[in-house]
Order: sequence, then structure tokens, then C-alpha cells
Amino acid sequence: MTLFGLHELPVGCTGEVVAVRATGPTRRRLLDLGLVPGTRVKAVRKSAAGDPVAFRIRGALVALRREEGSTVLVRPISMPGGDR
Amino acid sequence: MSEIGLPLDLHFVLSRARKCGERLGGDVHDRIAAAVYKRAEMLAARVVQTPSERAGEWDARLDDIFTSRALGYPIMLLLLGMVFWLTLAGANVPSELLAAVFLDVEGRLTAFCAAHAVPPVVHGILVEGVYRTVTWVVAVMLPPMAIFFPLFTLLEDLGYLPRVAFNLDRFFKAAGAHGKQALTMGMGLGCNAAGVVACRIIESPRERLVATLTNVFTPCNGRFPTLLLLASLLTGGSGPAAAAVVAGVVLLGVAATWTVSFVLTRSCLRGLPSSFALELPPYRPPQWGRVIVRAACDRTLVVLRRAVTVAAPAGAAVWLVANTHWGGVSLLGHLAGVLDPLGRAIGLDGFIVAAFLLGLPANEIVFPILLMGYLATGSMVEIGLGDLRTLLLSRGWNGLTALNMMVFSVLHFPCATTLLTILKETGSCRWTVLAAAIPTLVATSVCFATTQVARALNP
Repeated sequence: MTLFGLHELPVGCTGEVVAVRATGPTRRRLLDLGLVPGTRVKAVRKSAAGDPVAFRIRGALVALRREEGSTVLVRPISMPGGDR
Repeated sequence: MSEIGLPLDLHFVLSRARKCGERLGGDVHDRIAAAVYKRAEMLAARVVQTPSERAGEWDARLDDIFTSRALGYPIMLLLLGMVFWLTLAGANVPSELLAAVFLDVEGRLTAFCAAHAVPPVVHGILVEGVYRTVTWVVAVMLPPMAIFFPLFTLLEDLGYLPRVAFNLDRFFKAAGAHGKQALTMGMGLGCNAAGVVACRIIESPRERLVATLTNVFTPCNGRFPTLLLLASLLTGGSGPAAAAVVAGVVLLGVAATWTVSFVLTRSCLRGLPSSFALELPPYRPPQWGRVIVRAACDRTLVVLRRAVTVAAPAGAAVWLVANTHWGGVSLLGHLAGVLDPLGRAIGLDGFIVAAFLLGLPANEIVFPILLMGYLATGSMVEIGLGDLRTLLLSRGWNGLTALNMMVFSVLHFPCATTLLTILKETGSCRWTVLAAAIPTLVATSVCFATTQVARALNP
């Protein structure tokens, strides 16, 4: 099974969180946002400058930078189009 | 959990907790977070109805426009420009009206004092000092704030502002700062004290401090009248050329913000923790009542009250400095004399530096104090643009002086209200001192540099 960092998830794709690698306050913040293992995350859009990227997490739209996104490992479960 | 009820020995409880943690394995915090979410999911599935898909579609469509590569930035500049233009254009008439009313009341107060044989010193301190300064600050400050803050709050309420942070984050990240700093800077255009309070929206401690310490590089609307006046003196009118000059110094402030943020995050703020996550809430129709209440009460009135409480004692102090004579020269004159060598070195003069120092309580009174010093009058005055030009030229001003005063105004130390707010928000004297020292250093070095370059080019 190939795992991606959240930042590698193409826009329009959905992934399932497998692990959060961050430490310290960043880890707490990511967990607080609901990025616990098993959560489905969809990459929704890139900012006008390309980074950060907005993700649909449990109904909320949250932007994460590459640095934060790369610490969240996801298993891709759908390609663009078929998702919510 | 049969231990409950037994005498609680802390060490026992702790060792017991540790044992439980070991038995569970893995990170306990993670398990708690996962369990909380699992439970929340279960409850939500039972009671929450998912809103119709249409609302989400609208959001997506708006975001496609506002965060697009081609339109994102132009729309942002257009909206900012509009807010700005509405503020400046709309504030003119009420400002003049307020000033006229205050002047009328001042005339009556003076007449009253004369009729009741009030000693001139008391009349001077209270009417020409306190009353004139306070009303001046109110007339200059209130109308633009009463327009700017509701417009800004409206954009916030619509859900547009987080998109600005989203689009600009990359540039702030490069300086080690947070995208939301774009919003605190926007707020700073209204008032730096309000901008510093707005820094609370940045959760990460390092980025919040960066935003707090650099907010002063965004010229507030107490400084805009001075900038506009100097720009029209410099370009000989208030046309597009003057607007371009003002835009230029505002951009200089942005450049200073970026550079100082870059240096701070790589020096004294390096060790502080930093994290980024930005929520993009759904767009929604504005709640007008809330917008007005928040803008008027939470922002405009709070800022105004703080400014007035600072301006009143400052008015008395400035009047005393200008009216206490020693050896035939006022204390203001002596102060200007002492500061003159420093002023000359940075392309200004002693009176300008003295005006900035005495104007510490509120940036609105810097220019009036300067005129007071030049004209050697005992109280703050205002004169027409033509007379002003003649007066300044007679005092040895040239284009460089006007330009340097604009540069110094944008980059110099925060006003007393802002400093007090920084002290309150950071709870630290060290950061407050730095918040004053860094801009002072930046303003002095930039003005020194422009002066040396200008003098090398035109010996």
C-alpha cells in the first residue's frame, strides 16, 4: 500500500489519514482539527500562489502549508470526481 | 476505579496513571483525540442534518474566483482600494464639519473664560492645550474610523478576509510570518492599536509576535492626513502623482514589515514554536446588526476612547512645553535646538524630530506641533496649503525633507496608545521596548541613507 503525504494529494482527490508524524504544538493542532487516523480528507483547492492547499476535513475547509501537510500520511482512496 | 474515596496521595495517583498509560500503549493524547472524535462522530450522525449541496456549490464557485491564479490578486487590490477610497473620500466632509463645530465651541469657551476672569494659564492648558488637542484628534480620527472599521468588518463577516490570508500566505511564509498577518496589517491601516489587538487571531506564538512587532509599519489613518499633505506639497497638487507617492511610501512600509519579519524570525524569535492552519469558513450574507455593533463598539469606540485618554494629558504637556519660556525661547524651541544635529543628519530638522517625539501620544498631532514650533505660537494651528509651502521653504525645506518626513512617519515608533496595547497583549516589557526600538532604528537608518545618497548625488 502506497502512502502519500497530504501535500502530495492532488486537488480533487480524497485520502484516509493513516498517521500524523508532526510533534509538539503542530501535532496537537492537527489532531484538534480532526486529523486522526481513519479520517477522510479531500484536497479541495490551491491558493492563488500554489501553497497552502485547502482541505475538506470533517465538513470544514482548512488550509495547510506543505510543511504541515507533509507530516500527515494518507492512503489515497479516490481520484478526482467521485467523492464528496 | 476503586481508589476513589481513599485518601488521595498525589504520587500514588501519578504512578497509577503512568501504569495505565503503559498498559494502553502508544500515545495517550492521540488516543484521547481519536476517542473524542469517534464519540463526536457518533453524536453528529444522530442529530446533525447535512445542509443542501447547493450552498456548498456557491462557496466553491466564489472560491474559484477569489482564489484563482488570474483573478485572486486583482480582486483583492480592487477591494482594498475601494475600502480605502471610500474611507478617504467619505471622511472629508464629516471631519470638516466636526472641526467647525469644535472650533465654535472653543470660541464660546474662550469667551466664557474671558468673562469670568479665568487665569490665562488655566485657559491655555485647558482650552488651547487639552480641549484643542482632544477635539483635533477626534475630528481627524473619528470619521475615517467610523467608515473604515464597518467596511473591514463587513468583508470579515462575508467570509472574504480568510481568503486574503490564504492567497498571501506564501509571501508571508517566506518571511517566517503567517498569512493572517495580511489581515492584522489591514486592520493597522485603520489603527495600529486595533491591528495589534487583531493579532490575537494568529494562534502560533512566533507569528503572533512578528505581526505585533511589525504592525506599526502599516500607516494608520492618524498618519494618512500627514502623508497626503506632504505628498501634495511634494508634487504640487493632490492629483494622481500625489496618490502614487503615498502608495509608494505605503509599499515601503510593506517592505519594512517583510524585512523585519524575516530578520526577527531568524534571530530573537527563532526558538518560539510555530504552526499553521487556516480555516476558510463558508461565505454568508452579512449580519448587518452584528457588523455595525462590532465595528462601532468593539473597534471605533474602544480606539477612540484610548486615543482621547492619551491625547488629553498630551495636550496639556505640549501646551506647557510650548509656553514655558527660558531665556526668551520656549522649551519646545530648546528641545528642537538640541535635536537639530540629529535631525539634520537624517534629512529632517530639530523641530520635525521634536514634533515626532511630542506627537508620541497620537500621530494626528505631529504636524500641528511642527507648525506650532515653526510659527513660535503657543498652541496648535492649521494654515492653508499655499502659506504652508511658503513657511516650510523659508525653514529650509526641500523635496528631500518632505520625502524623509513621510518615510520617517511610516517607519517610526508606534504611538503611545499602540505601545500600551502591545504591553497589554504581550504582557512583556521586553517586547514593548523592542516594539519601539526596532521601528526607531529602521526609520533613522532609512532616512539617514536617503539623505546621504541625496547629498552625494547633489553636493
